[in-house]
Amino acid sequence: MATKHAGAAALFVKNDERAHWHDQALWFVRVKRDRAAQSLPEWETLRETASAIKAHTMSRLGDYLEEFERNAQKLGAHVHWAKDAAEHNEIVLRILQSHGVKKVVKSKSMLTEECHLNPYLERHGMEVVDTDLGERIVQLLKQPPSHIVLPAIHIRKEEIGDLFHEHLHTEAGASDPKYLAEAARQHLREKFMQADAGITGVNFAIAETGGFVVCTNEGNADLGVSLPKLHIACMGIEKFLPKAEHLGVFLRLLARSATGQPVTTYSSHFHGPAPGGELHIVLVDNGRSAILGSDEFRRSLNCIRCGACMNTCPVYRRSGGHSYHATVPGPIGSILSPARDAKKYADLPQACSLCGSCTDVCPVKIDLHHQLLAWRGEIGRRGLLPMSKKLPMLGLAFLLKRPWLYSLAGRVGRWFMPLVPRFLLYNPLNAWGRQRELPKPPRHSFRELYARRNQKPR
Amino acid sequence: MHDETKSRADILQSVRQYNPGPVEMPSLNREWIAYADRVQQFSDTLQFVGGTCVPVPDLAAVRAYLQNFEPYTAAKFVYSLLPDVIESTRDIAAISDPHDLEAIDLALVPGDFAVAENGAVWVTDRDLKHQRAALFLAQHLTLVVRRDELLDNMHQAYQRLQFEGVGFGTFLSGPSKTADIEQSLVIGAHGPRSLIVFLVG
Ligand code: SF4
Repeated sequence: MATKHAGAAALFVKNDERAHWHDQALWFVRVKRDRAAQSLPEWETLRETASAIKAHTMSRLGDYLEEFERNAQKLGAHVHWAKDAAEHNEIVLRILQSHGVKKVVKSKSMLTEECHLNPYLERHGMEVVDTDLGERIVQLLKQPPSHIVLPAIHIRKEEIGDLFHEHLHTEAGASDPKYLAEAARQHLREKFMQADAGITGVNFAIAETGGFVVCTNEGNADLGVSLPKLHIACMGIEKFLPKAEHLGVFLRLLARSATGQPVTTYSSHFHGPAPGGELHIVLVDNGRSAILGSDEFRRSLNCIRCGACMNTCPVYRRSGGHSYHATVPGPIGSILSPARDAKKYADLPQACSLCGSCTDVCPVKIDLHHQLLAWRGEIGRRGLLPMSKKLPMLGLAFLLKRPWLYSLAGRVGRWFMPLVPRFLLYNPLNAWGRQRELPKPPRHSFRELYARRNQKPR
Repeated sequence: MHDETKSRADILQSVRQYNPGPVEMPSLNREWIAYADRVQQFSDTLQFVGGTCVPVPDLAAVRAYLQNFEPYTAAKFVYSLLPDVIESTRDIAAISDPHDLEAIDLALVPGDFAVAENGAVWVTDRDLKHQRAALFLAQHLTLVVRRDELLDNMHQAYQRLQFEGVGFGTFLSGPSKTADIEQSLVIGAHGPRSLIVFLVG
């Protein structure tokens, strides 16, 4: 019996050509990241500094939250507090309704994905348009994003051509990215012009100034909030930096880690509402303060959502973002998701080879693979392991606790394995043997060889 | 309807349960990257991100350049915050609704300073005011920055920056772009399709 992730991954790799293409597309991004990182001699210093800034910020997060609130209010912004997704959605809806809003344009925000804001607003009769091209594509496909920076990385251009033909009336069979992106530009321009309100996420908020920064390449966040009078910015409470000068460190790391660009095209700093406009900032907890309380997993809150750990992950690249059945996929998602619901996401920390590549690239130096390992233990302790993992683990534990049995099993195995017919070794019960050949058993065990070596006269 | 005051108190209380005592803040005061030829670095980086850097001796040279630049000569709607260089084709001061900026073909806007390491120019709404949309609606964007306002890196940039009275400011690096269709780079996503930075002086 495969876990949920393994089952979905098996489906993903069935299409061999697509699986390889997906793998390569992400590896290409990883290579660009390497090049960008290597162009700065101080790269490692930047990572260490970022990690230390975050450690400090988290140690006084309460103070920084209050400082931010005070300063943002001074600038004329409204600050809201939401304990969970439901409160967040309620706040956003109330603001929109009180302004008589019918049409909303939204730029990329993993937080609003996490809160399932779109379907909620739609149920209340609003049109919500995701304006990031990748997000618009998955929105039209009625899918969630499969990557936090590259939402449509799993989709082929031919499929986008079909999709746009249906929705945007592009020519049938068109698949030229330039042509399709131009069609999306025209389509979304119209949406920008008609919007009554703009919703954005937040990349970084600055306690000292009460402002925040939104990073995009397309300019969609900026367009979305500079035409209508109402801007709502939604952010998790972990996004804070104490001072504006700290942005220097984080903006240098973010885009280089994400896509290998020296910086995103737009790193926009908002301080208070636009002239004649209104600005609302919604601060959302939704499980974050609980993670902050955990010594083991606190550092996962330092994530700046660059996606580098996904691009480098051999499991993510070969199984696709949707196989993680969570808002944030990949290594960091496999840590954050079980923190939210350990039972539902018990399979994710297992979807990892513990190769440590994620830890090597993470710009804020989160010890991702250690945390994944820690989650495995945690899930075992809470009795949430799936049967397919639990039984072999129990068997192995029984064996390893009994040295005599272990050596006996080894001897029997070495003698027995070469003799048994294939179907006994390679059957559905042996998941390991599905794509692999077992090694040829040696004639003598290490212990036997070692004992003999010691007998030999020197 | 939930009580936001209570949520606020609950969140702050919950956050404050983690109280490890003082955790030191790292100093940013150290040697960061610097370039022997800043203009070259800026120009190369801007080109890498799809923009063009044009060093010129003075503003007259900016005008001369634009007079041979097709997006300007063919433009029906020119938006200029530097009327000494080129004139706007409309009375932009009279435009109160940013939606009326939709048809801008070319915009000319001053930037405060530029950053060599990443090809970014810091642009604020000090002069744009309610018209900040012009930066993103224009089909082609041209920026003017003084050559002696070219910094090495982002740390210097934040030393210079202050946000008093700056409601909106952005580091703008290259024209708008997307790679969301099979990782193929397409220049001109929602914002400008081209970007020129004139380094003057
Ligand atoms: S965990 Fe690190 S590498 Fe992964 S998305 Fe977050 S910041 Fe990037």
